[in-house]
Amino acid sequence: MLRKGIALAAFGLAILAAPAALAAGGAAPVKHVEFSFEGPFGKFDQAQLQRGYKVYREVCSACHSMNLMSFRNLGQKGGPFFDPKYPNPNDNPYVKSIAAEYQIKDIDSETGDVIERPGTSADRFPSPFPNEPAARASNGGAMPPDLSVMAKARHHGPQYIYSLLTGYQDPPAGLKVGVGQHYNPFMAGDVTASWSGPHDKVPPGGFIAMAPPLAAGQVTFDDGTKSTLENQAKDVAAFLTWASEPKMQERKAFGMAAMIYLLIFAGLLYVSYRKIWKNVAH
Amino acid sequence: MSGHSNYEPKTGIERWLDVRLPVVRLAYDSIIDFPTPKNLNYWWTFGGILAVCLGIQLVTGIVLAMHYVPHVDHAFASVERIMRDVNYGWLIRYMHANGASMFFIAVYIHMFRGLYYGSYKAPREVLWILGCVIYLLMMATAFMGYVLPWGQMSFHGAVVITNLFGALPIVGEAITTWLWGGFAVDNPTLNRFFSLHFLLPFMIAGVVGLHIWALHVPGNNNPTGVNVKSKEDTVPFHPYYTVKDGFAIVVFMIMFATFVFYNPNALGHADNYIPANPLVTPAHIVPEWYFLPFYAILRAVPDKLGGVILMFGAIAVMFVLPWLDTSKVRSMRYRPTAKLYFFIFVLACLILGYCGGKLPDDHVIPGLSTFTLIDADLNSFVWLSRFAALYYFAYFLVVLPVLGLTETPLPQPESISAPVLSHPANAPAGAAASPEKRG
Repeated sequence: MLRKGIALAAFGLAILAAPAALAAGGAAPVKHVEFSFEGPFGKFDQAQLQRGYKVYREVCSACHSMNLMSFRNLGQKGGPFFDPKYPNPNDNPYVKSIAAEYQIKDIDSETGDVIERPGTSADRFPSPFPNEPAARASNGGAMPPDLSVMAKARHHGPQYIYSLLTGYQDPPAGLKVGVGQHYNPFMAGDVTASWSGPHDKVPPGGFIAMAPPLAAGQVTFDDGTKSTLENQAKDVAAFLTWASEPKMQERKAFGMAAMIYLLIFAGLLYVSYRKIWKNVAH
Repeated sequence: MSGHSNYEPKTGIERWLDVRLPVVRLAYDSIIDFPTPKNLNYWWTFGGILAVCLGIQLVTGIVLAMHYVPHVDHAFASVERIMRDVNYGWLIRYMHANGASMFFIAVYIHMFRGLYYGSYKAPREVLWILGCVIYLLMMATAFMGYVLPWGQMSFHGAVVITNLFGALPIVGEAITTWLWGGFAVDNPTLNRFFSLHFLLPFMIAGVVGLHIWALHVPGNNNPTGVNVKSKEDTVPFHPYYTVKDGFAIVVFMIMFATFVFYNPNALGHADNYIPANPLVTPAHIVPEWYFLPFYAILRAVPDKLGGVILMFGAIAVMFVLPWLDTSKVRSMRYRPTAKLYFFIFVLACLILGYCGGKLPDDHVIPGLSTFTLIDADLNSFVWLSRFAALYYFAYFLVVLPVLGLTETPLPQPESISAPVLSHPANAPAGAAASPEKRG
């Protein structure tokens, strides 16, 4: 009996220890960082979304497209530049002026010539590169992924983005990093092939072609928020989460009403059930 | 749908219609007056829950099909357009995506309930087989539905599953090409999957009709497994079970809503938000959670064809279950030994599901290397899957056939009303706490 107990306890410990014993090839667990939009009552912080958009625009957008985003999205309900005065985001002057700062390729409807015209609220965010080969050619062969749904396309999306952006570090001794590559413990991948250290101590993470994109002071925030690496990473992670799930706030608000309705309905049905079955032995 | 009808048309229109097309009579006999055993527990509410699941999938699916574009260049973006620009598109799509998981949660509980209470035994064999057909159609529908967003898991999942047919000798390659509509998973594949994903749910609805018909001929089984003997044993379906099922359905909806509104992507895979790229294979291709047990069986066999045969065999064996179980006693309440084997069977299914989501060669107990047996370390998920798969088949092919002949069941009650009246809640204090142990 005792032996069985010890064996069981050992098995239990082994299971508990599982997450600690990181297998080779896994990325490091994401950093713990809290966001205002988490939890059933979570809401996006509009000022943070504005700062995050600025980080995207001044840094990320140099290489990363956001093909699913239109300028009008920035002014829609819950968006970074939503203004209750302009329920139709296409009328939002701030959105219009952001769009107008871009030159959009178009066809002249009179002549059929290829022209460039200022952007409108209805235009999509322009891509930094005309096509994939051009993007690869400018980035050492790597394709900067589209960021439209990035926060949904990775486990723990917002935390992952934050961890990756703040997680660059010098490669541990014994890790050979290729030309044009950078070591990041939060990047998916397996560095075993480039590791000359002990086999059971392969560092977590992988190699990423993107050089550390953010540094302290890189983006000046208009609202006076200190431009640390952490703040920039957190704000852009929030912006990308909003872009991935622009209806999240609406969803959670709707969910609360649905839950209250369902709970009351369930309660009424239970009471009816008790009343109807009162005289039936079962 | 069968037996004596108590319907009396009350109005002129009803009388007129009743001699021409007695649909009101059919509805009255099926969902109002239908005599239902009065001892059904909450495990019996999953039939109603499943009907609601099917309804939700049909309604949300038809709306989604109004906005979805079945083309490799537009599918992914059209799904995101639904999420962003279609009014309440996020709600409709998340209900549909999570609804598939809810459907499977409910169907698995429904099936385990049937297994435990012997609902597949005479005279309900056809009812059970129709259920197996529905389950098979559900799996085909769910698989093709998962392909439609054309994300990385959609594409590579489709490649893996369609390639399984390539394992068949001689005709395999031709079948695969025929399924694909070409020489690789591509636009024709997506097109036909969309078409079939739209068609199959209506076939499911048709077989559900037959399933309910086949239910209403012998009537419901019940937790005692004892046949209905008299009117004493039953209550009319309405209001007794409309209210009980209704309560259970709403409680199930609360769970459903928790996923839809607060964690809509928890049951999916993040990789499916990466547009499909045939040139980049995801590190781990995993199917949706409800396929994991079968995926584990597939991978447990070193030979591809053998794996495919065993995977389909795991479903095929359920079709002949009514003739494998030799016991005359329906409910496992009165089969203590079978009950034990049943719970191990549930555990084996859960273990298979767990293994299906893991890498076959990874250690079950981390850091512990034992010895290599045939092709893998004994402490690996592939071996755990093998043991669980072995038990899965042994349960149907050995345990149930043999146990029915060798076990001594506990005495069964005379009638449904007998144990009902001696239920601990109604019995005086000091009476036996377990009604299933009473004669």
